[in-house]
Amino acid sequence: MIEQAPQRERRDHDGWPLWEVFIRPRRGLAHVHAGSVHAPDAVMALRNARDVYTRRGEGVSIWVVPSRHIVASSPDEKDPFFDPAADKVYRHPTFYVLPKEVRQM
Amino acid sequence: MNTGRLLFTYTLRLGDDALVLAQRLSEWASRAPEIEEDIALTNIALDLLGQARVLLDYAGKLEGAGRDEDDLAYLRTEQEYLNVHLVEQENGDFAHTIARQLFFSTYQLALYEELITSKDEVLAGVAAKGVKEAAYHRDHAQQWTLRLGDGTAESHRRMQAAVDRLWPFTPELFESDEVTRTLARRGLGVDPATLEPRWQDAVGEVLREATLRKPELVWASHGGRRGVHTECFGYLLAEMQYLHRLHPDASW
Repeated sequence: MIEQAPQRERRDHDGWPLWEVFIRPRRGLAHVHAGSVHAPDAVMALRNARDVYTRRGEGVSIWVVPSRHIVASSPDEKDPFFDPAADKVYRHPTFYVLPKEVRQM
Repeated sequence: MNTGRLLFTYTLRLGDDALVLAQRLSEWASRAPEIEEDIALTNIALDLLGQARVLLDYAGKLEGAGRDEDDLAYLRTEQEYLNVHLVEQENGDFAHTIARQLFFSTYQLALYEELITSKDEVLAGVAAKGVKEAAYHRDHAQQWTLRLGDGTAESHRRMQAAVDRLWPFTPELFESDEVTRTLARRGLGVDPATLEPRWQDAVGEVLREATLRKPELVWASHGGRRGVHTECFGYLLAEMQYLHRLHPDASW
């Protein structure tokens, strides 16, 4: 008799660890955060990321990082972190004319 | 038999393998152990369905009786399907699905690697595209076989049980007959018997690394290529064909 999957409740732990997924859409561009996947280990995380985030030809390269290794800035620190940059217009490259031939910077 | 008739039978066999396994895998939709695995299995199903569509469409043209891919997929009786028994076996637990996939995708990868050089342009084209898909399917099944076989006592037990149960369905993959031998001689098809040594090596290596035992063959299931099927196949067809038979020409 063929063995069926157990019919019990989903699971009593939190399931697989979470991984953050970064995709590089084309050669020459940077990897960009695409989302996250669950996976039991790094090798499977790459495969799950491939299946979830590159189904429509979005990428040529994938990075995965355990989510717990991401260190994020806190919303409480938002003002001291980011507001001081708001009035420093001289940091923006807007004071010269871009040649027409340069389409993307 | 003339070449067109042989090619029709051969193409139908390849198409039915892909179609029936796609149907089985799609039964996992919404039920896989994790949502990521749900997407992985149904991705594989979609790859196989894509192969099946091209192959059945081509089979219909070779036959020349006006049947299109839908007629062939949905309006044949059980005895007219020419897929191997392996692909129609029930999903069982996750280990059974993975063992079935490992066995089939290893075979399909070897087959497509050879079929790329077919003098038949359509078959060569299906193989060229399918070889990358099959390589990924095989890798997916291999990764899980390693993790389940060399995982916990329970996962090892289930993986070994699945390998043991499905092993008798593997010799049928390599059966030759007049159709395959003639087409191989004419440079159009592949004689599956020539693929078996490669398959045994590849699967044996995965099982060994997964700490699983390669089973002894005590019996072998045969008949799919002639339209004789196992009991579970009728139920699969009933579900697959129901909508099309109830609403002919239904579309999205």
